[in-house]
Amino acid sequence: MEILSYSRDKKCRPSAFRLRFASFAVCLVLFIGIGVLCGCGKSKPQDVTGSASGAGTIENKGSDTLVNLALAWAEEYMEVHSNVSISVTGGGSGTGIAAMINGTVSIANASREMSPEEIRAATDCGIEPVGFVVAYDAIAVVVSLSNPLERLTFRQISDIYTGKIINWAQVGGENRPIVLLSRESNSGTHVYFLENVIRMGNYRSKLLFSPDTLLMPSSEGISSEIRQNPNAIGYDGLGYVTEDQKVIAVSKDDNGPFVVPSAKTVKDRSYPIARPLYMYTAGRPAGQMKDYIEWILNGGQTLVAKLGFVPL
Amino acid sequence: MWQNWALSLYNKIFGKFPGTGSSETAGKSWAEFFIESVIRVFGFSTIGFVLLIFLFLLKEGLPALWEVAPGNLFGTRWYPTFNMFGTLPLILGSAYVTIAAIVIALPLGVTTAVFVREVAPQWAREILKPLIEVLAGIPSVVLGFFGMHVIAPMLRSALGVPTGLSAFTGAVILAYMSLPTIISVAEDALDSVPKSYRDAALAMGATRWQTIWRVTVPAARSGVAMAVMLGMGRAIGETMAVMMVTGNAARMPLSAGSLFMPVRTMTATVAAEMGEVANGSVHYHTLFGIGIILFILTFMINILAASAIFKKQRKGGLR
Repeated sequence: MEILSYSRDKKCRPSAFRLRFASFAVCLVLFIGIGVLCGCGKSKPQDVTGSASGAGTIENKGSDTLVNLALAWAEEYMEVHSNVSISVTGGGSGTGIAAMINGTVSIANASREMSPEEIRAATDCGIEPVGFVVAYDAIAVVVSLSNPLERLTFRQISDIYTGKIINWAQVGGENRPIVLLSRESNSGTHVYFLENVIRMGNYRSKLLFSPDTLLMPSSEGISSEIRQNPNAIGYDGLGYVTEDQKVIAVSKDDNGPFVVPSAKTVKDRSYPIARPLYMYTAGRPAGQMKDYIEWILNGGQTLVAKLGFVPL
Repeated sequence: MWQNWALSLYNKIFGKFPGTGSSETAGKSWAEFFIESVIRVFGFSTIGFVLLIFLFLLKEGLPALWEVAPGNLFGTRWYPTFNMFGTLPLILGSAYVTIAAIVIALPLGVTTAVFVREVAPQWAREILKPLIEVLAGIPSVVLGFFGMHVIAPMLRSALGVPTGLSAFTGAVILAYMSLPTIISVAEDALDSVPKSYRDAALAMGATRWQTIWRVTVPAARSGVAMAVMLGMGRAIGETMAVMMVTGNAARMPLSAGSLFMPVRTMTATVAAEMGEVANGSVHYHTLFGIGIILFILTFMINILAASAIFKKQRKGGLR
């Protein structure tokens, strides 16, 4: 779905495909490279930082959550700076960070902070990782406008989605059956919601979505059902929530505080189903890369909301 | 020795080898030979493509059989992210929606065919027939969109069920999609019932209704059976509309009222998950395994339909 929403912007579609293709090749080379080196530090990242002229290649790898946003940034940036080529690959936050430590990419995208082990591995290799928060990602829990319910705790949401609670009356609503809506299980949002809300961040938990959960192939599927069905509950990236859905106030603990997601509550981190998205560089960026990161943090932020994330 | 054998085989497949023909018609026969061979190759290539597709399906799908434990593969929970590959809810889901669709479409389709062929005046038939064929041309995604935004909410409030995205909504959409096939094939079958049958029935004093119900429709029953089979083949393979309206919950549709609960079909599962799956992974092989099951099911349905045609031909036709 992220891919779909992205390709809505028709004019940048062909180059997106070219980019993917290029990044595929890069990815292959990287894998071989990692396999051969299997350690650190021997190879230096392609040195874009040194070239004062500004021409060069920036390799950008990591989080699948960020990959569409990173692609959009890369394309918009390359339109203005035609002498720079930026390739973007997914693979997961851990993959990206490992590649940065190994010196095969210059920017690692991550939907989490680097772990202490990763930072130690980097410093062992003589790399000082520098992180930048580039956007925020929040997930809103939504119901129909005709549903009188205002708020839910994590525990209640977890019980609803695992099928323990099957009627709205059990959480203080009307006497109606609950219809569970979710994105498809291969969406990053689905996994994040499962791990952080349904399992409440407990990594040993084996809880799963109830088999009765309706898996919608698109955000549009969720919003259209939420719009007309007073029984339904769903969740989606804050950027995908439209006016005709009711956003529920959520609390991590059983007795509050209940917070409604908004740009403000996401930024001050009081909204519990939100996370900052990072880009990590090996050492302080300089030259072309510094310019790129600075552009992302300023001019590039207009793209953030368009792709369903919360800007800085 | 082997040359003779090769030549005879060649002659069998491609017709007479041109060199062996009489010399005065050689020029002509070469052109004919060329055209015939091209047509033959095209004809055989269709079979070849189907075979290749099936081989490809087997190659990609069979590894699922030993990669996934049988208890898991035919289990009741489909959750590939956590290595649960129970295909039973998907198979039952497809069967459920398809059979429900046929139950809705069969009476509608056959009665429409009877009306168009037997009852309607000439001018009405001339309007109805092309309109029914237009029905077949509606893209399934449009019907899916219509189902999602109009039929599902309508059914939810009319039937008082929790959600309109259910097996029943899928069956209604599928019935609508297989109607044109059923109507035109059944109408052809009715058309091939000899006029003498009707004349004889009427001459015996049967009313028009008795003629249709006791004589014409039974005489065309093999054609009607074929119509149903073809409609079923259309319904089981349909993807887009089904994915949009059935809710895609991989639950076992066994409890009472499952007809009005969401289901997940095999086609929707493959369509929704194939795009994001890692090439060569267990999940990937399992999706192709589902493809094999679908292929075999449609193949069997088509064979049944074809056997209905052949049976009719053996009788020497009814006209």
